[in-house]
Amino acid sequence: MTALAHGFGDPVTDAQQVFHAAMNALARPGRPQPLTSGLEPPRPMTPELAAIALALADHEAPIWLDPALAAASGAADFLRFHTGAAVVADPGRAAFALIADPGMPLPVEQFALGTAEFPDRSTTLVIAVEDLSDTNGWVLRGPGIADRQSLLAAPWPHALADIVRLNSAVFPRGLDVLLAAPGRIVGLPRSTRFVEEI
Amino acid sequence: MTAQSATHTAPETGYNFAYLDEQTKRMIRRAILKAIAVPGYQVPFASREMPMPYGWGTGGVQVTASILGPDDVLKVIDQGSDDTTNAVSIRKFFKRTAGVRTTTRTGEATVIQTRHRIPEQPLGEGQVIVYQVPIPEPLRFLEPRETETRKLHALAEYGLMHVKLYEDIARHGHIATTYAYPVEVAGRYIMDPSPTPKFDNPKMHMMAGLQLFGAGREKRIYAIPPYTQVRSLDFEDHPFRIQTFSHPCALCAAEGVYLDEVVMDDRGGRMFVCSDTDSCEERREQGHRGAMLADTPAALKGESSHV
Ligand SMILES: [Zn+2]
Repeated sequence: MTALAHGFGDPVTDAQQVFHAAMNALARPGRPQPLTSGLEPPRPMTPELAAIALALADHEAPIWLDPALAAASGAADFLRFHTGAAVVADPGRAAFALIADPGMPLPVEQFALGTAEFPDRSTTLVIAVEDLSDTNGWVLRGPGIADRQSLLAAPWPHALADIVRLNSAVFPRGLDVLLAAPGRIVGLPRSTRFVEEI
Repeated sequence: MTAQSATHTAPETGYNFAYLDEQTKRMIRRAILKAIAVPGYQVPFASREMPMPYGWGTGGVQVTASILGPDDVLKVIDQGSDDTTNAVSIRKFFKRTAGVRTTTRTGEATVIQTRHRIPEQPLGEGQVIVYQVPIPEPLRFLEPRETETRKLHALAEYGLMHVKLYEDIARHGHIATTYAYPVEVAGRYIMDPSPTPKFDNPKMHMMAGLQLFGAGREKRIYAIPPYTQVRSLDFEDHPFRIQTFSHPCALCAAEGVYLDEVVMDDRGGRMFVCSDTDSCEERREQGHRGAMLADTPAALKGESSHV
């Protein structure tokens, strides 16, 4: 067995900074937040996916991996070792879903949507993309957005339009999304809507 | 008076940063993220024992401990004042356990923990306000069972709440509730804004800063994201109105702010002054002078040294 890639250099401060970026990302949907990750996880896991998992997952918060990560050697071991989280095959049990290949379809309706009485018991999807910007692109509205917010993700995640449509139909149940590009993340909580239908 | 401690100091050894262990912080952080995603919904969390009694804001303290980073600047207020025992001891707690800088200046703080007031100075995008909440459930007095209030929230069945407010009108001719006045958040959940005076409710609407609420004994965290619609419940024939004060602040002459009545001396002299002590001091520094400023003992002007 090869040596595992290292975890956070300064676990307390690094976890706080990653959480801070995720908090601001979900509080201000569509607005890119800086996220630095010193991690070098097994590919195709990106440093940002790994940082979010290490900051927020643990034995009370299981992780689901997309087929690209599930097939990768060492990805599940890396996460289990550094977080203590179970890596689960059932998307409905996942607190976090890590998606390395945004081009693939996702089992959107199989993730945990929460219940009417406990809508918080839902999966947060963390999707790796190559680039994120707010200069143009799709127009968002909802809590956390003063008026309108633009968002461009490249590549545009295959499942995102379906997720937003589902969220609109089942709110306050729903799926929360973090998009993670090198050095930055964007949040799309379940309360966010597209101004025009995609 | 120093508004801000000069340097940030290393936290005392023997504590994890900001007291809470990392496992607890992760659990609270996950709850905060879900609270932000579902504005106004009360997320249950496994509240921990804190080295202070309930009623001292253990819910707010746990939220603050979970969001604070080494570069944050913390302000703590109690009824608008930075100098009450509660505010001073919470500020000391975080100085000791996290080594963060503290301030009394609203504009300098990145995190403001509060009991019962929202600062008069509008909060900006870089700021988070953390409310200490004793009773988070706005439907509690209508329905004591949590299993039932959860169902009411799930169905958005809020008719009882309107009936209760309307009973006020029948009895008093107006809505008599002046504290913890219920609000509707983002058009969905009815939320208790904690025992802030209803005077502060309009500040919650479309606030640029992030609002987080922590109830320790009741084990709930909830949130209002920035730029979110917050509507105080009312009726067409009885619209929501905030308290008004007939005089400006006796110390700084501010109008349109929340005032407290204070006793000046042992002869029964009284005056109305800003509840937000920092806002009042800043105005006096800028040269605003209230009618009774010259006659007021230093202690009542907030001219004690801050910790
Ligand atoms: Zn004043």
